[in-house]
Amino acid sequence: MIRRFTVLVLLAGLGVVFFSLWNGYTPDSELNYTASYYANQTAKDVGAANIVTAIIVTYRGLDTLGEVTVLFLTAAIVGLVLHRDKRSEEETLRALSPSGELLMTGTRLLVPLILLLGIYVFVNGHLTPGGGFQGGAILASGVLMLLLSDPLRLMSSRLIAIVESTSGLIFVGLGILGVVLAGGFLDNRILPTGTLGAMFSAGAIPIIYSVVGLKVGAEFSSMLVNLSKTENL
Amino acid sequence: MSDLMIGMSLLLSGAMIVAAIMATRGKRSLGISILAAGLVGLLASVQFLLLDAPDVAMTEAAIGSGLTTFLFFFMLRRLQGGEHD
Amino acid sequence: MADIAIATGFIVILIGLYGALTNRNILRMIVAFAVANTGVNLVLVGIGHMAGRTAPILDSAVPAANAAKRIIDPVPQALVLTAIVIGVGVTALMLAYAYRLYETKRTLDISKHTELKW
Repeated sequence: MIRRFTVLVLLAGLGVVFFSLWNGYTPDSELNYTASYYANQTAKDVGAANIVTAIIVTYRGLDTLGEVTVLFLTAAIVGLVLHRDKRSEEETLRALSPSGELLMTGTRLLVPLILLLGIYVFVNGHLTPGGGFQGGAILASGVLMLLLSDPLRLMSSRLIAIVESTSGLIFVGLGILGVVLAGGFLDNRILPTGTLGAMFSAGAIPIIYSVVGLKVGAEFSSMLVNLSKTENL
Repeated sequence: MSDLMIGMSLLLSGAMIVAAIMATRGKRSLGISILAAGLVGLLASVQFLLLDAPDVAMTEAAIGSGLTTFLFFFMLRRLQGGEHD
Repeated sequence: MADIAIATGFIVILIGLYGALTNRNILRMIVAFAVANTGVNLVLVGIGHMAGRTAPILDSAVPAANAAKRIIDPVPQALVLTAIVIGVGVTALMLAYAYRLYETKRTLDISKHTELKW
């Protein structure tokens, strides 16, 4: 009873702070200095039609590197915490029953389409809303469907690990190429910028974002595979 | 036209608050709470679209609503014994 | 419209924090954290919205020449993209630890896990 009262008092104090913030808020009428710089210079410098993509990949590319590192740490820690030895893993797999006919046929039809949609979303990240993170999540949901429909099939963790490591290396390699050949880390002018709105425009942004999308998809997939190898408690 | 947007925004906000209350109150079963949390994410995704942020809407719908709900249900199945603590 | 979104975001944060502080079951606490996460993202995107302008994508409707007068602030959207992905990573970590805790003590009631208390 005392605890609930204390919690309510704490939340009331926080609510007062939020209310004063909300009251004193007036939206801007003009873009502030940073945003107007990004709005004016994106078409000339970077050549991408999607300004949010240009910010994530080139203007603030180091933040994306940090985020990809955090995701890698998360996947590694989930794999470490849920680690099991090989013998109990085989016993778990033997106890599962195969799925029904409808699920397996539906999976065989749908999984290539889902993977294609994911690849489409992150290849077109510089032209339309989309990009690496969304495409990676769609790829991971395709892998999830494979895991759910056929739990007896051993999903190869080594393949996912190879894809993830290679994508990370290519990402850092492209960044260092930017330092060597052009202005700075993850500068996308190592390839020609092209015309605004064309498929092969915005320099190296399609390649960088595709690699980020593959890495994010591989990380989510490895998290899901590690979770599915646990057993019912 | 702008009135329609404001009306939709108010409706979404009301539904989001109701779903958030359903997700955190302790009297319901855990499955309903997890579904309500997924519903909060989905309504937030539509609200992002009304706020002119299509990238964020796509990301929230795929990751925040889809993957998180799946992770919760998966763990719920693995931890069957502890549900009624 | 930004006012409605920011107010909703603040209320959802408060509801999520209340759920995280008063529930006893660990899984319910994690669900409440996820709800509070969504509220924070809603507040951030709501701040970047300006009336009468449109999404920050250059196409035939928003030509590149007068983009600075027609689009909203793109920086909060870039920040929230990162925040959503990291939020789901933290949720997955919390769930993995909840699984390990249940494996050792067979209960998800947080008042029974008292090894770290004095």
